[in-house]
Amino acid sequence: MLAWTIYISFIGAVTAWLAGRERPGVARVIALASSLASLAIAIFGTLAINPSEVTEIVHTEWIPPLGISYFLAADGISCTLIILTGLAAVAGVLFSWNTSHRANEFFALYLALIGGVFGVFLSFDLFLLFVFYEIAIIPKYFLIAIWGSTRREYGAMKLALYSFVGSAMVLVALLTIYVLSPVKTFNLLELTEAGVSAGIGANQAWLFPLAFVGFAILAGLWPFHTWAPTGHVAAPTAASMLLAGVVMKLGAYGALRVAMTLFPEGLRQWQTVFAALAVVGILYGAFVALTQNDFKFVIGYSSVSHMGFVLLGLMSLTTIGLSGAVMQMFSHGIIAGLLFAVVGRMVYERTHSRDLALLERASLGRAMPFVSVTFLLACLASMGFPGFSGFIAEVSILIGAWRHLPGLTILAALGILVGVGFTLRALVKSFYSPLPVEPSSSHYEAITLPEKAGAILLLGCTIVVGLNPRLLFDLIQPAMQQEMFRRIISP
Amino acid sequence: MNSFNYAELLIRLLPHAILIVGALIALFADQLRPRTWNDWNRSTTAVLIGLVSIIAAILVINRQTEFGSFYNGMLQVTQIVRFVQVSLLILTAATLITSTPEKFTNHIGEYVALILMAAVGLLLLAGTHELLTAFIALELVSLSLYLLTAFRKDSIYSAEAGLKYFLFGSVAAAFTLFGISLVFGLAGSTEFGKIGAALEQQQLSPMLTVALVLMAVGFGFKMAAAPLHLWAPDAYQGAPAPSAALIASASKLASFLLFLKFFFLAAPTHAGSAAWNGAISGWAVLIAALAATSIIVGNILALAQTNIRRIIAYSAIAHGGYVLIALLAPTRDGVASSLYYLFTYGLAVVGIFGVIGLIEERHGELSFSDLRGLSRRSPLAAISLLVFVLSLAGIPPLAGFFGKFYVFLAALDASRVGNVPGLLWLVILAIAGSAVSLYYYLLILKHAFVVGPAEGAAFPPISAAPVQKLTLALLAAAVILLGIFPNVVLHRLGIQSPAPEQHHDQAHPHQESSLKSPHLFGNLG
Repeated sequence: MLAWTIYISFIGAVTAWLAGRERPGVARVIALASSLASLAIAIFGTLAINPSEVTEIVHTEWIPPLGISYFLAADGISCTLIILTGLAAVAGVLFSWNTSHRANEFFALYLALIGGVFGVFLSFDLFLLFVFYEIAIIPKYFLIAIWGSTRREYGAMKLALYSFVGSAMVLVALLTIYVLSPVKTFNLLELTEAGVSAGIGANQAWLFPLAFVGFAILAGLWPFHTWAPTGHVAAPTAASMLLAGVVMKLGAYGALRVAMTLFPEGLRQWQTVFAALAVVGILYGAFVALTQNDFKFVIGYSSVSHMGFVLLGLMSLTTIGLSGAVMQMFSHGIIAGLLFAVVGRMVYERTHSRDLALLERASLGRAMPFVSVTFLLACLASMGFPGFSGFIAEVSILIGAWRHLPGLTILAALGILVGVGFTLRALVKSFYSPLPVEPSSSHYEAITLPEKAGAILLLGCTIVVGLNPRLLFDLIQPAMQQEMFRRIISP
Repeated sequence: MNSFNYAELLIRLLPHAILIVGALIALFADQLRPRTWNDWNRSTTAVLIGLVSIIAAILVINRQTEFGSFYNGMLQVTQIVRFVQVSLLILTAATLITSTPEKFTNHIGEYVALILMAAVGLLLLAGTHELLTAFIALELVSLSLYLLTAFRKDSIYSAEAGLKYFLFGSVAAAFTLFGISLVFGLAGSTEFGKIGAALEQQQLSPMLTVALVLMAVGFGFKMAAAPLHLWAPDAYQGAPAPSAALIASASKLASFLLFLKFFFLAAPTHAGSAAWNGAISGWAVLIAALAATSIIVGNILALAQTNIRRIIAYSAIAHGGYVLIALLAPTRDGVASSLYYLFTYGLAVVGIFGVIGLIEERHGELSFSDLRGLSRRSPLAAISLLVFVLSLAGIPPLAGFFGKFYVFLAALDASRVGNVPGLLWLVILAIAGSAVSLYYYLLILKHAFVVGPAEGAAFPPISAAPVQKLTLALLAAAVILLGIFPNVVLHRLGIQSPAPEQHHDQAHPHQESSLKSPHLFGNLG
């Protein structure tokens, strides 16, 4: 059943495009219907599978001479991310409800991107996974280049090239695995079971960093993160929600599912290096966010910082740390989506400014009460306030990382403090400024119903998961007990 | 003494004969046309005659069931040859339909006839197993293409392109001929299999080295591999769009098959190895060097271009480099991957030149700014261009991706010794090159889709005949479908199930075991 998330998104993409330029309303409704449908399928499909093992969905031969099969499956981790993608997709459509310029193409590319993301999370054949991974690159480029704002063509090209370089690195690793492994297949389960390490031997020492960095470029690994702030800033609201919400998770997911499980020995050799880079990312992102004056850059760098926690969790090599990393992927996907929605759609499209120095004088807190409450809650969630999903995720990561990497864990915890700093700074400057109000700027268009619905959906998710984290941990933790992950966990 | 059976010869050469008759009919029909006909009538008639003869030739080729080698290898019919010949005719037919000769010449019949003559040469090139026939076929193709390149009399670019192509081509042909004479002198035969048997006994003598280098020069010229690529950008820019499409697609596919057969069958023992830490002198080192320089030169020079035709030309040099890598993999996968690659590459390039032919207003000067607003002016042309260009960039699920993937896989698999794939350096270079190439491909698409019409400028819709639109749509569909279902092609190339030898000989170095047993090439020899 879960496979239909992919098909519905691609069918939706084609039909939205066929709706034509003149009828933006039709394309919009198709986009909403297809993302709601895929969210529903994601939720009900999750209920139907056993999270503690890889449940087969479709498995047929595709290119048999090369051992390539069309193999879709899911375990608890895939399901968590599928649900996240569904939520982000629905919210993204709601926050781009007012798109009218070339709306059919916008929603077609949007749904094609979503379809590719669903595909990556469900693929258990490396070739198939790679195909979906690359399918997601081209829609991103056009979404940013056509509908974006600040330096959009530059941001779009930078993002496309970074993604493509990353996937080129992954491709080299995939080809080498296939050639060296004793079983001639791209089936991820067979490759991990057959102990691919036997055929690869010493090559793990260079294959692991190659594959890991290739994926982690998309997860914002410092120093390859520079696409993220420029890309997020240039992108239209829905695209930045997807970029931060799910595309960055593609990278983290690939790093976990492919790079780490295939090369456990390489992983051990490089654990400290990548953990250190993750912590540098946490601190660097947070300190840079502290100095930004463009509202979107603040959120963009905060994404780099929060994704650093995901990478640190992955490098903790403990069950709780890895579970926390997946939890943080979900949590950051929801919260970053909400922050970009507030900044890009609710504020920027009304004030036409993202300059915090200007917004400081606009007294938005009084002019937009709904937005200010939403943003306040989103900021609390982002700071890791108890009761929101970010808290439980970051705490799990820190506990997990403490066992092998105590020094880095302390630095990462400092990063949380800086995170509180830049979030409060942005919050105060934008909505709760003590400066006197400029008289001209107090009347804005009212917040529309789709915006409210989207904001409530995302806020609801982060609060529900924050208050009852077992909803997701019951999916994630059993999945971490599988053999493929047990092999990478350090005692 | 057995008497020579001319009826049998005619039957074996029937596809070629049909095309020659078609060419003659097209020529004379145009001369004897009613005086009232306008250009559109003339060109439609000529193209139709050409298409009918191509379809007839395809049908005849598909009905050939008797595989084997005839007349001392002058003609050879195998599964692979049959696949390549049909592919060549499909590419020629697509070129013919998307061409509008009435737009650039008054000699419509001659133009179509020349394309058909080139097709005869291409079929012969793909189907021969012997050096003299190969040279004749090579010259037939080349002379037709020189003329087709220079066919646009009112354009100074076309004249320049024709002259450059001719001068470079005739020098390269001289090199090839000299190489052939040396090979004949050393081996005493012109048939590939016999040359292979004779050369197996010999060391890599200086004379043999010279012979192999000379053959590689002729080959490199046809593939536009750097540093023998200098003619390509000018030829691609100046030639009428359909001529350029033919040079870029069918001509490359046919010459590649010929030289692949020569190197794999006539000189397998002198391949050497281009592995990073185990290089052995032989032609493989030469081919690896050509591949590496082509990838670097093509991709870097393409970055600086603003003329779409020149971008495609430099990218074609890089693509030549990618596919040369397959020549370092003397296995079934190496053969199948390179032919799949060149066929699907040909489809995309013919499509791109089809779009160029539609939108070009001043000949040879299609720059980025002329593409602006294309997605408004002709959505179908824009979407097809998107598919073709992304396929060249190697974005899945388009055919260009699987082609690259399969070529690289074959090269790594064949060069594996122990747990070190010896050609990894070249594959990494190629993958890096294709990452660079995404930049200029996206620039083309950016101008077609992102940049809108300038303020106040009128952007008239592009008019195209329905049959041209249909052909573009079919080509785009083929690029998508062959990318998703590559099995369709692999099946025809005899790649069906996992190769048995892949399972049991992991301990042995692949290269040696497969080089000494040419039967591994499936139906190649």
